[in-house]
Amino acid sequence: MKEIDYAAPATLTEATALLARKGARALAGGTDLIVQVRENRRDAELLVDLKNIAELNTLRFDAKEGLVLGAAVPCYRIAEHPDVRKRYPGLGDGVALIGGVQIQSRASVGGNLCNASPAADSIPALIALGASAVIATPSGTRDLIPVEKFCTGPGRTILGPGELLVHLHLPPPAPNSSSAYLRFIPRKEMDIAVVGVGVALALNDNRTACVFARIALGAVGPTPLLVPEAGAALAGRPLAEADLERAAELAQAQALPISDMRGSADYRRHLVGVLVKRALRIALQRVKGG
Amino acid sequence: MTTSTTGYKVIGTRPLRHDGVDKVTGRALYGADVQMAGLLHGRILRSPIPHGLLRSLDASKALELPGVEAVVTCADLTDPGDRIAELGEGAVNLKHLSSNCLARGKVHYKGQAVAAVAAVSAHLAEEALKLIAVEYEGLPHVTDVRAAMQDGAPLLHDDLVTESLGKPTGKRSNIAKHIQFKKGDVAQGFQQAAVVIEREFHTATVHQGYIEPHNATALWNADGTVTIWCSTQGAFTVRAQVAELLGIPLSRIKVVPMEIGGGFGGKIRVYLEPVAAALSKKTGKPVKITMNRADVFEATGPTPGSYIKVKMGADKDGKLVAARATLAYEAGAFPGSPLGPGAMCIFACYDIPNVHIDGYDVVVNKPATSAYRAPGATNAAFASETVVDELCEHLKIDPLDFRIQNGAREGTRRADGPVFPRIGMVETAQTAKQHAHYTAPLGPNPKAQISNPKFEKAGDGANLGFEISGLRVPRRGRGVASGFWFNCGLKSSASASVNADGTVSLVEGSTDIGGSRTSIAMQLAESLGIRADDVRPAVGDTDTVGYTDVTGGSRVTFATGWAAYEAGQDIKRQMIARAALLWGVQPEAVAYEDGTLRCLSDDKKRLTFKELSEKLHATGGTIVGRASVDPPGVGGGFATHVVDVEVDPETGKVTVLRYTAVQDVGKAIHPSYVEGQMQGGVVQGIGWALNEEYIYNEQGVMTNASFLDYRMPTALDLPMIDTVLVEVANPGHPYGVRGVGEVPIVPPPAALANAIYQALGVRMDELPMSPGRVMAKLLAKQ
Amino acid sequence: MPKKIHVQAVINGQPMDFLCEPRQSLLEVLRDELRLTGSKEGCNNGNCGACNVLLDGRLVNSCLVFGAEVQGKAVTTIEGIATAQGLHPLQQKFLEHAALQCGICTPGFIVAAKALLEKNPKPSEEQVRHWLAGNLCRCTGYDKIIRAVLDAARLGS
Repeated sequence: MKEIDYAAPATLTEATALLARKGARALAGGTDLIVQVRENRRDAELLVDLKNIAELNTLRFDAKEGLVLGAAVPCYRIAEHPDVRKRYPGLGDGVALIGGVQIQSRASVGGNLCNASPAADSIPALIALGASAVIATPSGTRDLIPVEKFCTGPGRTILGPGELLVHLHLPPPAPNSSSAYLRFIPRKEMDIAVVGVGVALALNDNRTACVFARIALGAVGPTPLLVPEAGAALAGRPLAEADLERAAELAQAQALPISDMRGSADYRRHLVGVLVKRALRIALQRVKGG
Repeated sequence: MTTSTTGYKVIGTRPLRHDGVDKVTGRALYGADVQMAGLLHGRILRSPIPHGLLRSLDASKALELPGVEAVVTCADLTDPGDRIAELGEGAVNLKHLSSNCLARGKVHYKGQAVAAVAAVSAHLAEEALKLIAVEYEGLPHVTDVRAAMQDGAPLLHDDLVTESLGKPTGKRSNIAKHIQFKKGDVAQGFQQAAVVIEREFHTATVHQGYIEPHNATALWNADGTVTIWCSTQGAFTVRAQVAELLGIPLSRIKVVPMEIGGGFGGKIRVYLEPVAAALSKKTGKPVKITMNRADVFEATGPTPGSYIKVKMGADKDGKLVAARATLAYEAGAFPGSPLGPGAMCIFACYDIPNVHIDGYDVVVNKPATSAYRAPGATNAAFASETVVDELCEHLKIDPLDFRIQNGAREGTRRADGPVFPRIGMVETAQTAKQHAHYTAPLGPNPKAQISNPKFEKAGDGANLGFEISGLRVPRRGRGVASGFWFNCGLKSSASASVNADGTVSLVEGSTDIGGSRTSIAMQLAESLGIRADDVRPAVGDTDTVGYTDVTGGSRVTFATGWAAYEAGQDIKRQMIARAALLWGVQPEAVAYEDGTLRCLSDDKKRLTFKELSEKLHATGGTIVGRASVDPPGVGGGFATHVVDVEVDPETGKVTVLRYTAVQDVGKAIHPSYVEGQMQGGVVQGIGWALNEEYIYNEQGVMTNASFLDYRMPTALDLPMIDTVLVEVANPGHPYGVRGVGEVPIVPPPAALANAIYQALGVRMDELPMSPGRVMAKLLAKQ
Repeated sequence: MPKKIHVQAVINGQPMDFLCEPRQSLLEVLRDELRLTGSKEGCNNGNCGACNVLLDGRLVNSCLVFGAEVQGKAVTTIEGIATAQGLHPLQQKFLEHAALQCGICTPGFIVAAKALLEKNPKPSEEQVRHWLAGNLCRCTGYDKIIRAVLDAARLGS
């Protein structure tokens, strides 16, 4: 690895000032970044360790405010958090799938988002759940961006120099709603998603029809994709098998898969259909089951 | 069918391994753990292209970087000329070996070493690599065996002329060698057949996947002697290879084998050792080089990808009458794939009167292949054992009954000539047939429930299952397959000194990859009638123990164990002589039984081994037993495996539910480590079968050179691996030992393919049977 | 020479000071600076677990932590698992079950299993397999490793 500098600021102000320097990169869990720098896949001259900043370590739920998820909170805290498990199970699904136990100790959802891998396991669930990214700028302002607009390409985000993801905000869940995230990998662990699917849906009060649904796909485009038509097709429907089939077909139509060493484009498109239906069934079961 | 174990006191027990505490506390020293004052760190510059001419190399900028002490290229190795040398692991073309350590004028695969740097830190050495300017002239490349065989394919070597049936053909091509084995008359044989099946198969390049990357530390001393600390399966072959590549006498080199973190055949050829020595010579300081994981994948020797065509025929009674095979193996950049063993093993499990086998060793622009656990046999068995399964299906014969009926026995002649002595092929099939696994119902295709819909680690959702008709529910299948591996003997040395406290210090020459110190020590203990724990085994370096061939070929417990047994006999003779001296009798009047010396003429005169040990110093000095052996009597190994799978018919993903490996192990010296060899071999076979492969892009670059994307099985991907040890004693060994390490990797891919067929009704003809490939087959069928 | 950072941390219960370059991983610091070579490098990118250590009690890959990041933290390596009283039950059970062959992955497995049993003293086989999925072993097929961990858990009760 080439020579680098390291700094561990304690405040956001210091952090944004450091991140404004040339070649500066934010370091949270480091599970992607350290490898990328080591293997010459990302350039860095200064690593700004964000783990000592209190605001980035916040994880709290409030029935009115929703979920505030600090950018540096490690996965294990999120996946084990009772409110996440109960109210945002799709996020819990996705976060729990990021790496093995060792990675869970370090990797953060903020880092997963900023790394901007098309296959990131937390992002489709965040998108489905309507999450927004709260960004600190060097001038001290805060920007709010829907997560589906955060990634701009493989490894690229909207963050500019000195800008920093502070936390993610998830709105309080609607009544009679739930969510799920599934991914397909050839092994059972320690793998990158060939396809990932996040869904969130809400039913009407007597649970006979869908009020709204959001579906997002991973690893089938340059960024994780929100597929609004697929979700919209479920609104007002009873979510019978034919409805799920229709949503799956729409999602497949909107997917933009490529062929690479993790799977062919055809196989990926096929998996989108399978996983959309499975994820919807799980979310539906979760609503009905409690 | 288990041979009698009575009479053994040590053999067949499960003592704790002697090196165990060091290995569970982190104290054991592996090659990369070598530290010494003034150590420099070396790094290798590797070719970014798969095929090309090296036009120029300028290292001046790298050498200007403070802390960089030397750069070496092929010019720093001796020019090997065009010689073939016997280096303890078969004949080696020195030009190829040398070019594989540091390229000579041309690169033949992406990742081939081109130059090396030594610097005061590994990071600095890496930075220096970027400052070496290399000019390549790219050439067209070929990475697939069948494409490489075509006329007009890019030729890797200007001087490679195809040798066919031992004679040069004069034709320049990528086909290095054509071999052939014939027995009987296949054309006539197939005429007798009621059922004939002919299929084609492809298998991908796979890697041994040892967890410890290659490493070497060398010190070229001021007196011209060289010491090398490294991770190797054979210190003596490293010594021989380095001597040739550096052009110095063997006696100037000492190779110290450190603890080794896995090898499976891949740590026999040298990669780093001569380079580290050359850097040490230039700097006068010790130099350590370690590979990273990508280097290991891209620049060490995997096992070949292959194309295999198999045709087999059986008569209406299910008797095999003829078999025909064509095998083409990718040698990688230089000739020398394990084609021969593959061709010899492909039908070795069966007694077939008419056989014709052709084989082709083909160079391609991939790393030069190396041995990998039963090299060549797994590819071959995937093909033949799948065809056998299809024959059984057509004949409506139970596949294990078919193997019992047609299995090779004592007296069966293999197509390549040898006649089997007492072997256990049929016994493995009989045992598998009676095993509770084979007789258990496969179980219903599950209609699983969502166990906890609120929150669980849902993964891909396949485990959830839904009560919906059609293909949505995972389907189960059971498959069986058998396998053969020769095992080998070769040369081993051991010496053992009796200590005054009645223990014995054993020095043997086989690097210990899987607990072999203990299985060797147990044979010495058995021969002396002392406890396993009273033998203190150590692996010697090339200056402290006699010549010993590599840890490979499933030979160590057999041959080095035999050397330990012989060293024990030597100690016994000397102990008898010493007791005779003490008692004033002739040696013939002393008996040695169960670790006790007894005077035949005076029953009161008895000395235990320990008691006599205490008297050695006063009666002429210590006793050292020694032996160097090259034993005949190698016993071949057979295995029959049974596997249950569940396949997700919507994704093609295969889950192994239950696995039972039955193997003729001869005599299990330490049953736990025999089971361990079987379990490890099975799981490597499962990985090979389901997900492992070298994936190349159009540019001839491997795109998955990491543990993340190479996808070896994790603990979560597997069930327990049940083992059944059938003991058909090898009459050629004092304790009945057969090699056990290799054959367990042979059956799994075919067993899994046969199980997938039962689950889905599709025949897989390509490895790995990854989810995408299984799904494609399934969709094609629908 | 590259700039170095002064770090204070507690390593295997002992307060220590060391100097490291910012680019050096915790694994490099342990092995090259502190000569604690029990933690192994298998892949250097977080996919094999051979370098596993406990960082403030949590299981991490030391190849994915910079040495500079452990300022003020506690690190436990394989060298800190056994005590003067003897082997840890996991170490003993690994020996009894022949749960190692070449032994290169063993330190990582023992550290990982220790973290598991501290969190979940009575894991099921599936839970052990899931927890250890980040640790690769190429020799054993995992069978005897899983049995050793389950047996150590029984012993702990």
